[in-house]
Amino acid sequence: MKDKFTAREIAEYGLILALAMILSYVESLFPAFVAIPGVKLGLANIVVLFALYRLGPVRAGIVSGLRVLLVTFMFGNAFALIYSLSGAVLSLLVMLLLKKTGRFSPMGVGVGGGVAHNIGQILCAMVLLGTERLAYYLPVLLVSGAIAGTVIGLTAGMMIKRIEIGKM
Amino acid sequence: MVKRKNDILLIAVIVLAAAGLWLGLRLAQNGGAYVYVTIDGSEYGKYPLDTDAEVRIGSGGKYNLLIIKDGCAQITEASCPNKLCIKQGKIKYEGQSIVCLPNKVVVEIVGGEKSQFDAVVK
Repeated sequence: MKDKFTAREIAEYGLILALAMILSYVESLFPAFVAIPGVKLGLANIVVLFALYRLGPVRAGIVSGLRVLLVTFMFGNAFALIYSLSGAVLSLLVMLLLKKTGRFSPMGVGVGGGVAHNIGQILCAMVLLGTERLAYYLPVLLVSGAIAGTVIGLTAGMMIKRIEIGKM
Repeated sequence: MVKRKNDILLIAVIVLAAAGLWLGLRLAQNGGAYVYVTIDGSEYGKYPLDTDAEVRIGSGGKYNLLIIKDGCAQITEASCPNKLCIKQGKIKYEGQSIVCLPNKVVVEIVGGEKSQFDAVVK
């Protein structure tokens, strides 16, 4: 990573961050995805996954972190921030690992990210609420994370093929 | 494509893990049924429902004899005058209880299988 950002890079960051934020907002408009708590599509993860492939782990981390911060400042509260951050951090780490192995396409990486996101959130909830009974909910969230991750991964894969941002 | 194969393998592993976890948690939940005994509101003892046992609840002249057998709990002998606790019979489902008012004894099933009925009037 270079020390200074070029004007082009700053513009690209802005574009990608704005896209991640608007996708978070769009997702919150669909009540179907929030009917069961914790089950959601994670549309913003498309952007993070895209950034991971095109801009590298550090910049994907910056985009993901800023997105979580800004979105919870606008729509959420302090608790939502802790949940979102724990999910986002674990998700990014797992996606990075899966990508590093070189054995998975963006779809597999997305699946890992979706599942890791849900595990991170439920672990966080178990610590915050001090109850291990939430573990009963884990199987549901594993499957829903895998389904959401498949959709997200496929979409991100198409974006990585077609969009020029970050291409040298 | 090899990568796509790995992706599907990953999904299969996750779904299998979820199924395994679900089964494991269910079994742990069902195996965990126990008989919870209190005297005058304070805990007297916990006894697993799946091991046969004979427990003398209380001390001296005031007592109830609790028998756990074949997954059911029952009071067979008591020092109280009306013997209502004995007449309440066997209990085995989650939430069922036997109460002996004179001795202030409550025997309750915690965890385990639920009854098909919401409530039973005796």
